[in-house]
Amino acid sequence: MGILTWTWILVGISFALYIGIAIWARAGSSKEFYVAGGGVPPILNGMATAADWMSAASFISLAGIVSFTGYDGSVYLMGWTGGYVLLALLLAPYLRKFGKFTVPDFIGDRYYSNTARIVAVIAALVVSFTYVAGQMRGVGIVFSRYLEVDINTGVYIGMAIVLFYAVLGGMKGITYTQVAQYCVLIFAFMVPAIFISIQMTGNAIPQLGFGAAGEDGVYLLDKLDGLQRELGFHEYTSGSKSMIDVFAITVALMVGTAGLPHVIVRFFTVPKVKDARKSAGWALLFIAILYTTIPAVALFARTNLIETVSEKKYQDLPQWFANWEKTGLLKFDDKNGDGIVQYVGDKSKNELTIDRDIMVLANPEIAQLPNWVIALVGAGGLAAALSTAAGLLLVIASSVSHDLIKKVFNPNITEKQELVAARLSAAVAVVIAGYFGINPPGFVAAVVALAFGLAAASFFPAIILGIFDKRMNKEGAITGMIVGLSLMILYMLKFKFGIFDGGKEAVAGLKLDWFLGISPEGFGTIAMIVNFVVSITVSKFTTAPPKEVQDIVEDIRIPSGVGEALDH
Amino acid sequence: MTHKERAKAYWKENLRYLLILLSIWFLVSYVFGILLVDQLNAIKIGGFKLGFWFAQQGSMYVFVILIFVYIGLMNRLDKKYGFNE
Repeated sequence: MGILTWTWILVGISFALYIGIAIWARAGSSKEFYVAGGGVPPILNGMATAADWMSAASFISLAGIVSFTGYDGSVYLMGWTGGYVLLALLLAPYLRKFGKFTVPDFIGDRYYSNTARIVAVIAALVVSFTYVAGQMRGVGIVFSRYLEVDINTGVYIGMAIVLFYAVLGGMKGITYTQVAQYCVLIFAFMVPAIFISIQMTGNAIPQLGFGAAGEDGVYLLDKLDGLQRELGFHEYTSGSKSMIDVFAITVALMVGTAGLPHVIVRFFTVPKVKDARKSAGWALLFIAILYTTIPAVALFARTNLIETVSEKKYQDLPQWFANWEKTGLLKFDDKNGDGIVQYVGDKSKNELTIDRDIMVLANPEIAQLPNWVIALVGAGGLAAALSTAAGLLLVIASSVSHDLIKKVFNPNITEKQELVAARLSAAVAVVIAGYFGINPPGFVAAVVALAFGLAAASFFPAIILGIFDKRMNKEGAITGMIVGLSLMILYMLKFKFGIFDGGKEAVAGLKLDWFLGISPEGFGTIAMIVNFVVSITVSKFTTAPPKEVQDIVEDIRIPSGVGEALDH
Repeated sequence: MTHKERAKAYWKENLRYLLILLSIWFLVSYVFGILLVDQLNAIKIGGFKLGFWFAQQGSMYVFVILIFVYIGLMNRLDKKYGFNE
């Protein structure tokens, strides 16, 4: 059977599974819609969190990024896993004890202020929308590559599926479909990785194959370092970024992860505080399976690619090269007209342009794996994109129906009306996300990475101080969030978009003016520190929070008595 | 002990655990994987340079272990102070 037939079969089966689960697990109350009724077992919640967290970017792009940047790619590996330690130790148990539905709920109640709540809602919406637009685009791209349909048609199909199970099932439906999606995506990622690891090193565990030697007895990492040097790229195992920037980006990604609303909300779905801690552990374990495989795949793919194409005659290249040239992800420009591919670090002489996404998408073809394995990657990519999109849409829907409509504009709304409002907001959010998927604004790709900086600069300090500093009051938290968020946005506008210096062309020249040599991606760290300092200083000079609020803080610090906190 | 005293003592021990666990978290990622990466890269274990290994493998293994250790410690602490359910 051909790749296309296999892909239709695998995608068809997985979609039927998601829809079946959604019908079985549809939400009957607003509590089920927002937090799956608070009754998800920790291990399943861990899987759902992992699927929610690992987006099309993790699945498709990350191995490619690591592949092209080598050591520099470590910031994503450490950043996107280390954040879970912060979540487990500093946030999840306390937020679970607090026992509400959303992050703005916590901010609004802890800081006894609707202003704080609205600031949090705005931040949640900004972060979630930028993210979800990228996901819908990812769905479209996977569809177009694997099922040979138009990208826009792919986005429509994706929208229809997400609409169906997010609107019907709410958090409950999403959680159980995400469990299935995790299984699909991890299987789809691991199978080719294991195949390739055996092929290249004879070791079936990619994490070990990563440090093993190839057939010629040379360690793969040493070999690739040598190849990279020869071709004029930087050494694979050492980076090109400055140490302070690597440090700052890692902090921003870790802290941003711990501050992302669609991740935090997952810990509201388990029965007890104990289960919130356990879920975080399971989630990281399930994520780490993929994340520790990624750098191995990156190494295998890069070595394979260089060995296959470098200094080879164009007409002798294998069939996959032509396949991917058609998609535009691979471009060959024979600058010196010798009919041989020169892939080198010197930009003026380099003849091959490679899109980083190809490293995962084309990897099974490059390694000549069977057709069903290649098709599996398509189903996995869709699972990754759909699960993250659904999780984000739910955050958007609950921000609108719960935090804005129920808590601010119309507190008298009935349970039934709130559920209708939640479903309608989810439907509207899907349509908006789909619109951005079809007409992607140029800034999406850039902003997704910065969403972490924004979350780090706004939510993280407010939540941490809300738990660990009893004296923190609304004046401090609100000023801190606004200052942190604005600072981050300004830095981003100046150094990422060049707004104050005449547009995007100016960006490269501004590098020298970076604060302490820190890139916009890493600046979330500085903005977060400023947020902390401002919050604490302002709170020292303003009145302490009311007694009831201080009592709430003491209460969330101990794990027992969750039942009472849940009823409201 | 009254409920309040128990809560206070519980919180104090919890903070001590956090300090220890987060120091390890910082050590394996920021110190071994970033700050001392060049020095550690001089040491090779199998095909891995040690600093590079911490940055792309080791730190993540330690993160997972840290959370499970924390779960164990906290379950014990909950029982000790009678806050478990």
